[in-house]
Amino acid sequence: MSETRQESRLHLALNAFMATLHRDLVVTGREFVQFLVQALMQPLFFLFIFGKVLPGIGLAAQGFTALLLPGIVGLSSMLASLQGVTLPLVLDLGFAREIDDRLLAPQPAWMVAMEKLLIATVRGAIAGLTIFPVGWLILGSSFAVRTDRLPTLALMILLTAATGAVIGLLMGTVIKPEQISLMFTLIFTPLIFTGCTYYPWARLNILWFKVVTLFNPLTYCSEGLRYAMVPPFHGHDMPTLGIGWVVLALIFGIGLCAFAGTRTFLKRVVS
Amino acid sequence: MSSAPAIAVRDLKKRYAQSQVNAVDGVSFEVERGGIFGLLGPNGAGKTTTIGILTTAVVPTGGEASIMGFDVVGEQIRVKQRIAVVPQRSNLDRSLLVREILTFHAAYHGVPRREREAHADALLKELGLYERRNEKADRYSGGMSQRLMIARALMHKPDVLFLDEPTNNLDPQSRLFLWERIRALNEQGLTILLSTHDMLEADQLCQRIAIMDHGKILVNDTPAELKKLIPGGNSLELHVETNEPARLSERFGALPGVTKVEEVASGNGESDDNVHAFHVYAAEVPSLVGAAAQAILESGARVRDISVRQATLEEVFIYLTGRHLR
Repeated sequence: MSETRQESRLHLALNAFMATLHRDLVVTGREFVQFLVQALMQPLFFLFIFGKVLPGIGLAAQGFTALLLPGIVGLSSMLASLQGVTLPLVLDLGFAREIDDRLLAPQPAWMVAMEKLLIATVRGAIAGLTIFPVGWLILGSSFAVRTDRLPTLALMILLTAATGAVIGLLMGTVIKPEQISLMFTLIFTPLIFTGCTYYPWARLNILWFKVVTLFNPLTYCSEGLRYAMVPPFHGHDMPTLGIGWVVLALIFGIGLCAFAGTRTFLKRVVS
Repeated sequence: MSSAPAIAVRDLKKRYAQSQVNAVDGVSFEVERGGIFGLLGPNGAGKTTTIGILTTAVVPTGGEASIMGFDVVGEQIRVKQRIAVVPQRSNLDRSLLVREILTFHAAYHGVPRREREAHADALLKELGLYERRNEKADRYSGGMSQRLMIARALMHKPDVLFLDEPTNNLDPQSRLFLWERIRALNEQGLTILLSTHDMLEADQLCQRIAIMDHGKILVNDTPAELKKLIPGGNSLELHVETNEPARLSERFGALPGVTKVEEVASGNGESDDNVHAFHVYAAEVPSLVGAAAQAILESGARVRDISVRQATLEEVFIYLTGRHLR
């Protein structure tokens, strides 16, 4: 008989949660290079082509690089956390069932979902932060980030990563293994291109498209990051979606998706 | 609480959403502490659902179930502390090294570091996996994976172990090894519930067996008692050297308690035309041995072989659940 028998349920559950988190940190650490390559390859090429090559040959306007960088930070962060949950979860629930060992630990099943969200948020935030040094290397003199809104920047990176995580949980519990490739085309492509990654929302001049982008959570992330990162031009702040609304919308969306995702998760693991 | 049975199930029911029938339909049984209980049944009989409910993966739609006195619905964390599950198919964590699979499992259950590391090494040695402890589990064979899953299950010192068709797809060596391990664990006080459709396995291991079909338990008894279920299932098999098989058959028929005598093909590959084989059915077969031998001697024939033939568990199983495919 183990001594753990006498411990309170809360203590047991918290311990199981922390041990699960420890397991994920160990695995993330071990696969760190692979994780970074997977998370950063595409954004870095975008940054290089759109931020360096096109402005260099005069096909992109001055100042485009400064407003592209926040978009790339947002995209990398969101995709890293989203993929960090979705792909493993689809495979795990579909057939690997490696998750069963953690579900049989003395913790409620919803805590297993919460832990997934937490680790994915951490991974997303790391991916977003990595863009800064790498972007500085790629862009050289045109790398420009304002430093007077760093707390907002930190909050925005965290919210972006968390948004990716909750969408990832929802998708990971709804999509079946055979639908994975369809998911990339049907969800990722519109997500990437309607998310105001490569253009500021205020400058859009096609009304229906402007409305469509508002349904994409990535739009709020890109715009919030732009608010926190783009330096003032001739003394004027760049116009973005109001930061208050951005934060509010993201928190609301995160709560909603986390709730829905946990419900679908529970449906998949407890029948 | 301390006297509660290891597993208690009362009128348990489960109907899945979008299903017209109950997958588990009013099942009741108890497993005493330290017992090995076998759940037998064809595919789709409700075994896996029953185990799912007992291991908190399935929520019952009716009835009650408890592990060591803790309700599987209301006291999930206490239940999870006390159970371990070895599934049919490997669900080993392929991102971790073999030894880490064990230590992390124990960590999830709150076992202190020093204790879990010592226990992991001891179990790896015991199960012959220590040399390959620093590999990833996806390089393991089926038998090794099974052993590793058993080691993992034991890491948090559970009271009740659930084995879902444990020796499916194992080679004979692995199967025998596993049977020995299961018996040894049981002798150390672990209660075991085992689902299988391997009749030999159930017969070898289980102290009690419940045969399930269509969500219900048809019978629940010791293997020996189950074999008595087939009417006239037991018989005396006699191989006799005689020139007058018909007369001998008559004499057998006249013995006390005999219900039926049939001459069967002598299955021993004996070329001797004079050797005949008989099945003599009676309610009390063992007490018939002396009288049958006497009858053979008196008729001037010679005994080649006498054995008591019991109904196998497989015959009982087919008798109860029918021959049709699922």
